[in-house]
Amino acid sequence: MRTFIVSCLLGIASMLSPAWGQEVTVAVAANFSAPAQKIATAFTAASGYKVNLIVGSTGKLYAQIKNGAPFHILLSADDETPARLVKEGAGVAGSPFTYAVGRLVLWSKQTGMVDAKGEVLRGPFERLAIADPKLAPYGAAAMEVLDKLQLRSQVQARLVQGESIAQAYQFVSTGNASLGFVALSQVMVEGRVAEGSAWVVPANLHAALKQDAVLLSGAKGNPAAQAFLSYLKSEPAQAIIRSYGYEH
Amino acid sequence: MIPISAEDFGAIRLTLRLAGTTTLVLLCLATPLAWWLARSGSRWSPVVGAVVALPLVLPPTVLGFYLLVSMGPQGAVGQFTQWLGAGLLPFTFSGLVVGSVLFSLPFAVQPLQNAFEQLGDRPLEVAATLRASPWDTFWHVVLPLCRPGFVTAAVLSFAHTVGEFGVVLMLGGNIPGATRVVSTQIYGHVEALEYTQAHWLAGGMVVFSFAVLLVLGWLNPRGSRLRP
Repeated sequence: MRTFIVSCLLGIASMLSPAWGQEVTVAVAANFSAPAQKIATAFTAASGYKVNLIVGSTGKLYAQIKNGAPFHILLSADDETPARLVKEGAGVAGSPFTYAVGRLVLWSKQTGMVDAKGEVLRGPFERLAIADPKLAPYGAAAMEVLDKLQLRSQVQARLVQGESIAQAYQFVSTGNASLGFVALSQVMVEGRVAEGSAWVVPANLHAALKQDAVLLSGAKGNPAAQAFLSYLKSEPAQAIIRSYGYEH
Repeated sequence: MIPISAEDFGAIRLTLRLAGTTTLVLLCLATPLAWWLARSGSRWSPVVGAVVALPLVLPPTVLGFYLLVSMGPQGAVGQFTQWLGAGLLPFTFSGLVVGSVLFSLPFAVQPLQNAFEQLGDRPLEVAATLRASPWDTFWHVVLPLCRPGFVTAAVLSFAHTVGEFGVVLMLGGNIPGATRVVSTQIYGHVEALEYTQAHWLAGGMVVFSFAVLLVLGWLNPRGSRLRP
């Protein structure tokens, strides 16, 4: 009986303790989830370190980090959150750097709906999906574009907001919104827009969508985390990032 | 100074309107459905009962996602509503009512079903021998005897709709005055790191829910529990 109890406890303990070898836990903003997975696989193959990816919105990940979440690195959707974490002592000073610059795209599921200059915005479409400008950098950029084109008042009544850029994409891809401002990375597969029609918004119409990475204070001196950050700056990782439509 | 903005008040008003409309629709729908489930003895009633109970166990995002897809232009419901000339339901108040009715269906059906089962045949037989029409029987026999069931169904439907989040998030589009309710407003505040406003609304929600359940306990000392 005692042997049985001991072996049960040992079994449970082995499930609770982290896996063998060293690993790095990376919190990732939702828009970067697909490239992050590719990079993680390549990084593991190159270095032997295991990567756990935690995907969520930057705001939620920030709240979790502030409340003691065991993450080593944050790949944020903006450059403000990493700076804020450093200021508040939760991020390592000097560690933030821009790993990707996002591009905004006006996208429709229907082929031929969106023209090469985005003139469709001036026409009679039914709904335009954006990410909530208060929560998501891509949503704020979309509002900036509408302001620059002096279209905000015209389209205001037709706007629908997703809580994240992922939900804005969902509204367009299910056809419930005929148009939407989404991240180029969401609609780009191997260097081109895979489906429907799109207008890649010129970068001068909105502030640059800089996405910064930051090393979190708990992981200072952690070799796996250091290795991941260096890998993120390396050419193989940057090639993956570019293939999803990000710039650098 | 309470930091509740005009937008927050708009969300509160909309939430109460949504919960009120949903409760009315649910009472009309759930009464015949619960009656059939309780009294028909059909071999299909366990199947229908299980379908009605599905929202109790499904994550609201599953329900919301399927509603979004089925109400969309390619979905069966979406094609039907367009054929009717009503347009598409997502991002509209009516769309939220449809979602809320489905989501809160078990909270209305089950208390009524329990009440109708406990009623038994006897009161109905007595009413029939006194030549009461079925309509008379319903209004003057069933309704008074099953009052606790109706109160529980109404209060739980209302409270559950106020507390709904996942379905609204998936279907709503966060439009002020049409689909931005208190729960999504709280979520927005938290995501935007506006924790003070989030606390006021979230605390209000806790107090409200507690008060509702307390009132229900007072009104129905023995019928207040939800028994799936």
